Amino acid sequence: MLRGLWKLTWLELKIFLREPLGAFGSIVFPVLVFVVLGRFAGGRITPSSLSPAGFARVGLPVFVAVLISLSGVLSLVTIISIYREGGILKRLRATPLRPQTILAAHVLVKLTLTALTMALTVLAGKRYFPIHAGFPIFGFSLALLISTWSILSIGFLIASFVPTARFAQPIGAAILYPMIGVCGLFVPVQSLPPALQVVARLLPLTYAVSLLEGILKGEAWSAHVGDVAALVVVFAICTALSAKVFRWE
Amino acid sequence: MAVSEVSFDVSEGEVFGLIGPNGAGKTTTMECVEGVRRPDGGEISILGLDPFRDVYQVQNRIGVQLQQAQLQKRIKVWEAVDLWASLYPKPMDGNRLLEQLGLADKRNALFMTLSGGQKQRLFIALALINDPEVVFLDELTTGLDPQSRRAIWDLVRGIRDRGKTVVLTTHLMEEAERLCDRVAIIERGKIIDIGGPEELVSRHCPTRAVVLATEDALAEERLRAIPRVETVMRRGSEFTIQGQGDDFVTEVIQCLSENRIRITYFRTVLPNLEDVFLKLTGHSIRD
Repeated sequence: MLRGLWKLTWLELKIFLREPLGAFGSIVFPVLVFVVLGRFAGGRITPSSLSPAGFARVGLPVFVAVLISLSGVLSLVTIISIYREGGILKRLRATPLRPQTILAAHVLVKLTLTALTMALTVLAGKRYFPIHAGFPIFGFSLALLISTWSILSIGFLIASFVPTARFAQPIGAAILYPMIGVCGLFVPVQSLPPALQVVARLLPLTYAVSLLEGILKGEAWSAHVGDVAALVVVFAICTALSAKVFRWE
Repeated sequence: MAVSEVSFDVSEGEVFGLIGPNGAGKTTTMECVEGVRRPDGGEISILGLDPFRDVYQVQNRIGVQLQQAQLQKRIKVWEAVDLWASLYPKPMDGNRLLEQLGLADKRNALFMTLSGGQKQRLFIALALINDPEVVFLDELTTGLDPQSRRAIWDLVRGIRDRGKTVVLTTHLMEEAERLCDRVAIIERGKIIDIGGPEELVSRHCPTRAVVLATEDALAEERLRAIPRVETVMRRGSEFTIQGQGDDFVTEVIQCLSENRIRITYFRTVLPNLEDVFLKLTGHSIRD
């Protein structure tokens, strides 16, 4: 399983960065969104003028974090389906590489890029959101990586069977973006209609948002054990399923 | 069902060809042997192993070039070779391999910038990187220009000369004749016959022909008198003489010489695998 993993990960990272649009879409674009939204939402604001749970203070960073995460997932789905359509997976199949290794390499690439984008976003956002003593940058990054890891597993479940690249984007978007609406980011989960509440409770993004918001508000990790557990369960289920349904061609 | 009745043995050190038209089941057969595809039934043994159950062991000992496979567009040639080398316990020297395949100056080129022939040579390099005992080559030269095709043929002969067993598929009869020690003619998922190219030709198409041109008035009569001659067709001053047996051409030449028949044109027409295929299937391989 490990044979070739690091080499493949490093290789895929290099290949990704050689793709001009790919690098722009997953790194530069979220940073731009953050900066532009930051301008409209707050302009120059000082930490003291932020209400502890206001949109600019909590909602916006979480929203951008979710966007970074989802763009990573969509990019993963697209890349795997391009590899399938182009016969690249087929060629890899005839080597000792296992599907888990290939997916793991892409997940590591996406996590690396997510961390990198997050770091750039924090740097770019300094102007509008000065990092104050209370900003849990490491905790927040860790929460984002855990969330991304979990949501990525949905991505590779989708990626395991989507036949062509042309379907990958719309199917991925159709599954992932509606999650934003019910994940509690804009409307608290408790105030959703009961049916949607059930849906929200089944979606990993809900737990991701809860975890990210909580950590950003300065809550303890111990208060979010449930969120982390839910994200891990989603990861385990999706990984197991994707190994079953994975198609090479 | 793409393949229904296929049964053959490949011996160590030979170049074995599966030949037949597109869609005959060549690739399906090959992929089952490679462990890439699971057969619905039947028995396959390669190097004494079951290609599906022992897939990991088999993959370490075989090299594969797949039809229509691609690599990442922006992977560099050396990166691909380096990745492949890292996947096997005892890889060959990738740089030397690239040199042998004439890709040394393309080490830093992106995959998408390579020509068709260069891509195929890279795929051959990847198929050889683990120093395999058996090499599978699927439609190796399809879509290549004649020059690249010849270069690839030389490479395949080189692989065989190093003692490897080669199994290849092709729908080019010329390729099969030039490369293969033995071929299996496969059509609609069934093997029609197996044998050496020459053996198949003499078994199924024993008739040869001599085409010559002469103004000699007695030529037709004399030619018809040759015992092995079956038919003599005449169009103007051109004669087409058909007959069987290894001595047929010699006998025609002897007849011409003994009777001092002056000829202005002479060529022999020997049947090839293409004719065998036509005879056995009732249609040309390109139909």
